Amino acid sequence: MAVCVAVIAKENYPLYIRSAPTENELKFHYMVHTSLDVVDEKISAMGKALVDQRELYLGLLYPTEDYKVYGYVTNSKVKFVMVVDSSNTALRDNEIRSMFRKLHNSYTDVMCNPFYNPGDRIQSRAFDSMVTSMMIQVC
Amino acid sequence: MPLHTKKPRSPTSVSPGGSPGAILLGQTCLHQGPGQKTSLSVLEGMGFRVGQALGERLPQETLAFREELDVLKFLCKDLWVAVFQKQMDSLRTNHQGTYVLQDNSFPLLIRMASGPQYLEEAPKFLAFTCGLLRGTLSTLGIKSLVTASVASLPTCKFQVVIQKT
Repeated sequence: MAVCVAVIAKENYPLYIRSAPTENELKFHYMVHTSLDVVDEKISAMGKALVDQRELYLGLLYPTEDYKVYGYVTNSKVKFVMVVDSSNTALRDNEIRSMFRKLHNSYTDVMCNPFYNPGDRIQSRAFDSMVTSMMIQVC
Repeated sequence: MPLHTKKPRSPTSVSPGGSPGAILLGQTCLHQGPGQKTSLSVLEGMGFRVGQALGERLPQETLAFREELDVLKFLCKDLWVAVFQKQMDSLRTNHQGTYVLQDNSFPLLIRMASGPQYLEEAPKFLAFTCGLLRGTLSTLGIKSLVTASVASLPTCKFQVVIQKT
C-alpha cells in the first residue's frame, strides 16, 4: 500500500527514507521534499488554534501519477511522510492513522535505544521490518 | 556543559548565620577537584540521553504543546510521575524564560538525614536529574540550562533557564 516512507528530523533532513519499487527512487525523494513545505505551512497555521495530533492530507500532488502523500508530526517536530499508490481502492483514514501510529511507536523505540544517537540515520532492523510490513501488502 | 552559573567565594557550605545557604552544584567541585567535576558532567550527560528518549515516549499520546509553560507543566506532572511516582511540588516563573521547579521531598535525597548534614553529597544525586530535565526539554524543542540547588535536604530546587537562540 505505502509506496514510500520517510522520517524527517526537526531540522528537515531525512533520518530514514525508503521506497518500495526501487526504480524511480529519486522521484519519491523529490515528492517528499516538496511535501515538507506544505507540512511547515500547516504547522504554522495551526500554531495558535486548538492543536490536535495533526494529520496532513494533501491529496494528489502530481495528478498524472496518482499518488497521495500523507504527513504526520510528533511533539518533537519529527515528521513522517508516506506516499501511497491510489490506483487501488482509496485507503480509509483509519488505516492511514494506524500506519502512522505504528511508525510513531517504532520511532520511539529507536529513540529509546541507548546505542542510537539522536540525529543519526535510522539503521534499526526492527524499524526496517516494520516499514517493510507496511509496504509489502500490495502484491 | 556548565552545571552551575555562579561560583561561590568560600569553600564552606554553610553560611555563618547558622541557617544553611543555597548550595550550587559547583561548590562541591571546588572541594574535591577536577575528577568530581568530570563525573558530574558524565552523570549529567547520561541524564540528558535518558531525557531525550523520555521526551519522545512520554508525550506520545498527548496533544501537541501550545506553549513553553505547557511543556514545563508536562515536566512537573507527567515526567516526574513517570520517573519518581510523584509530582513536582511547585513551579514558579518570571515569565521571561526562567522557571524554578521545587520538590519538597526529592526521592533521591529522602533517604538521607534531613537538614544540612549531607549538603556536600547532594550534587551527585542531582546531576543526573538536571540532565534528565535538559534532555526532555531538548527533544521538545527547547534549549535550556538546568541547575539544581539544595537548601536543606530533602527539599531541592531546579532552575531552568531557557536559552533564546
